[in-house]
Amino acid sequence: MTGPIYISNERSVIGRMSQINWSLIFLVVCLACLGLACLYSAAGGQIEPWAGRQGVRFIFCLIIMLVLAVIDLRWWYKLAWPAYFIGLGLLMFVELMGRIGMGAQRWIDLGFMQLQPSELVKIAVIMVLARYYHGTAAEDTRRLSTLILPAIVILIPTGLVLLQPNLGTAIMIVLGGAAMVFLAGAPLWLFILGIGAGAAAIPVVWMFMHDYQKRRVETFLNPENDPLGAGYNIIQSKIAIGSGGISGKGYLEGTQSRLNFLPEKHTDFIFTLWAEEWGFIGGLFLLFLFALIFIYGTWIGLRCRNNFGRFLALGLTFNFSLYVFINIAMVMGLIPVVGIPLPLISYGGSVMLAVMIAFGLIMSCSLYSDSRLSRF
Amino acid sequence: MSILVNDDAKNARILTRRAFFIAGMQLGILGILGGRLGWLQISQGGLYKTLSDRNRINVKILPPPRGEILDRMGIPLATSTQNFRVQIIPEQTDDIEASLRRLQKHIDLEDSVIRKVLEQAKRSPKFAPIDIKEALDWQDVATVEVNLPNLPGLSTEMGEIRNYPFGPATSHLIGYVGSVSKAELTDDPLLKLPGFRIGKAGLEKSMDTPMRGQAGSAEVEVNVVGREIRELKRNPPRPGQKLRLSIDAHLQLQAHERLMKERSASVVVMDAHTGAVYALASCPGYDTNAFARGLSPQEWNALLNDPTVPLTNKAVAGQYPPASTFKMITALAGLRTGKINAARRVTCTGHYDFGNARFHCWKPEGHGSVNVIEALVVSCDTYFYDLATEIGIEAIAETARMMGLGKKLGFELEEERPGLVPDKNWKKSTLGQSWALGETIVASIGQGYTLATPLQLAVMTARLVNGGKAVRPHLIAAQGDKIYNAPEWPSLKINPAHLALIKEGMDRVVNEPGGTAYGARMTEPGLSMGGKTGTAQVRRITREQRAAGVKNQDLPWHHRHHALFVGYAPMDNPRYVCATVVEHGVGGAAAAAPLARDVLAVTLKVDPAQQQGSVQNLLQPLSSSPGTGQEQKKGPAT
Repeated sequence: MTGPIYISNERSVIGRMSQINWSLIFLVVCLACLGLACLYSAAGGQIEPWAGRQGVRFIFCLIIMLVLAVIDLRWWYKLAWPAYFIGLGLLMFVELMGRIGMGAQRWIDLGFMQLQPSELVKIAVIMVLARYYHGTAAEDTRRLSTLILPAIVILIPTGLVLLQPNLGTAIMIVLGGAAMVFLAGAPLWLFILGIGAGAAAIPVVWMFMHDYQKRRVETFLNPENDPLGAGYNIIQSKIAIGSGGISGKGYLEGTQSRLNFLPEKHTDFIFTLWAEEWGFIGGLFLLFLFALIFIYGTWIGLRCRNNFGRFLALGLTFNFSLYVFINIAMVMGLIPVVGIPLPLISYGGSVMLAVMIAFGLIMSCSLYSDSRLSRF
Repeated sequence: MSILVNDDAKNARILTRRAFFIAGMQLGILGILGGRLGWLQISQGGLYKTLSDRNRINVKILPPPRGEILDRMGIPLATSTQNFRVQIIPEQTDDIEASLRRLQKHIDLEDSVIRKVLEQAKRSPKFAPIDIKEALDWQDVATVEVNLPNLPGLSTEMGEIRNYPFGPATSHLIGYVGSVSKAELTDDPLLKLPGFRIGKAGLEKSMDTPMRGQAGSAEVEVNVVGREIRELKRNPPRPGQKLRLSIDAHLQLQAHERLMKERSASVVVMDAHTGAVYALASCPGYDTNAFARGLSPQEWNALLNDPTVPLTNKAVAGQYPPASTFKMITALAGLRTGKINAARRVTCTGHYDFGNARFHCWKPEGHGSVNVIEALVVSCDTYFYDLATEIGIEAIAETARMMGLGKKLGFELEEERPGLVPDKNWKKSTLGQSWALGETIVASIGQGYTLATPLQLAVMTARLVNGGKAVRPHLIAAQGDKIYNAPEWPSLKINPAHLALIKEGMDRVVNEPGGTAYGARMTEPGLSMGGKTGTAQVRRITREQRAAGVKNQDLPWHHRHHALFVGYAPMDNPRYVCATVVEHGVGGAAAAAPLARDVLAVTLKVDPAQQQGSVQNLLQPLSSSPGTGQEQKKGPAT
């Protein structure tokens, strides 16, 4: 219950800025620029309505990221629980507003962008679990009693998000939380059991799913059934990607996206547009950039000399990769359509902000990798 | 401590191992995604390429037919007809220019058009069709259709063109349609259709939305050359609403023909009781059909630089000093304040001295002793100078506003301008100066700051002769199947004796020897009218000109006075009011009064107000009983 025991050498803001992870920032900026190019193409070669606005948001988020990056990791340690409760509060707030009669509005309007609290909650869950496991001894992690708190921490926001209903985000919170538990050293049989139980729960989940969700799953299993209805997105997306070939149709020349065959081409289906115009080479290049970010994030986590930083960086990196996997697998018809955008590329403010906050925290982990935090 | 360190080390080992596991899994998933991408794009690439090229499902926007505009009797003033156009879709041909050159062999096509199309093709997306030529005749359509296999990228499309049977006679009233500009784009998908036209002026503009209708859509399967294979789903467009106006086409045409004798003039004929506008014309007009087709830059510049401003609807947007037509307002203001009565007399010596300024009456030798009626009849300025100094500008301004001046009347044309009724507050807030008493004197005869449009003058006249009802003008008699009946206009609560005095003065202006418009009286038996002349100074008459006796008609055209006349007919129980302004027509009596007489004479003969019943019947849906038609016949026609 004492304060930090070991204090690393204090550095000025400028000093900290110089030690920031500029190569990670470079990767993030590269991806964002690529995203803006896609949005420019999605609008038929125009700045309006997407690329310009997204560019402004990105600069705003970039500044936030830099500010967060130079804040001492010990602050994030202290702020984990407050962030979690604020996140839950906002989640309940939008839920109540939605109930009271403002329609299906699950976001808070900030004027220049809309904020979805569920995106911030994903980060807060990882912060809280990182803090929790920071203070848990290795032999304790194998005990089932240590799983009680993580389970509660994960399930409360998951339940709230499911009520919205937002299946995609709920899955992400559960998977992100499970990864933390896994990293902490929970017994492997637990996960095997979990997967088994999940498979057994499918019929139950099916009963509780909304019609549109059931339709998505059915469509996923057999998209050609209903080519103009629910299967339309997947078929058109596959045609667009496939017709891109090895080298693509060329920038601003994607006929499928251009002819408006592709709905949501600027949000969830933006990877389709990219793959159509840039082909297999462009698609692999994008996957390569994402891979570099995963590796970088993992490396930062492993290099960290305190447990909190390790868990935080690894957890947030995993969370980022979930967006990428779910989105790209979805548009290529590998998994059912769930509304998860491609981070840094898709149009939208909430995910952009959440991802950039996460990168800010990862960079803070990197900057303070030598800090030592007290166990309790 | 050592346990902790061991613990830490153990923890770290597990974490590192599992972190590597997760990282490996991440790269593995990325590998799967890359593999899937390769499968779709390389192994299946050919298949999907044909799928993307061969049969595309395209959503087509179906434009609705634009609503027609009819006159009160159902005579069309603006119609839409189908026409054929030939288009090119750049992505369906390898060489746009070659296709166009080949087309040139079949139909008449200028080189400049080809250049324009090539220019446009560079700027617009490759899949968007570009119009090459519109309004093809049957011969051309057939030739193009037959030769389509040799004309890659080309296709014929059915479109719509707007016709204005009355051309310049209804140009300002109806307006015209034109291509959608960038600033006019809204969410309506119709506006993005190539060749789609929207209202740019007149009723076409102000009633654009209801007349436009709502887009329909069709899902069609198209093949590689864009040819439709079959229609999958159809959502028909909702046609635009039809407008029926209060305008009488016959009267409008005759009024326009009469106006054409002047260089630049406008006229409004309105029902004094209902506010229905029967004719509204401004000269010169312009060829609205040419606008619907598209103007050349030369034609456009000629219209813009014409000193008679053909593009302006002078009947609602021309703002003129009302001059002596304003004297009824000053007289009524005096009567309403109770400071004057019919017996009050003023001696006119040809000028009126106020302080050390001298204000001239139009008649240098003076009118002698006049009362309010005589002052109107001979249009004596001095009487009103004297009256104005007694009642002040606020009383005059208040009456002017009550009679419909100084504010927009909520007319259906967006071009409508508000005019100006000056008072102390107005001058303070816009010019930052306090009001000078000399300005009251100038305002009393409708000069100085005061401005009014012909439409406002018609409304003012109507309110003077209809028993003091606050009538407002309107043009639309029916929109879609909704019929607009004029409301029972509220009374302005003016003492009928005051209105009677003023009307007697206006009756005598036209019908008494010595009245300023006696020369323009109606001589045909059975026809009669009353009214008031006005002559508005465009430039101040200098002392030298006054001394030298320079005649106004000898000045350059744009320095000459405007000629105004407001009139009503018949003289007893007036039904119609008419206001006209002949720009630089020198004198109200000489130029404006004869014009108003001619137009009012036609109005009396056509007698549109008596057709009210039959119009109502025409507008009735076929299912309604004849009884309701009968009732409505009695209604508004008094």
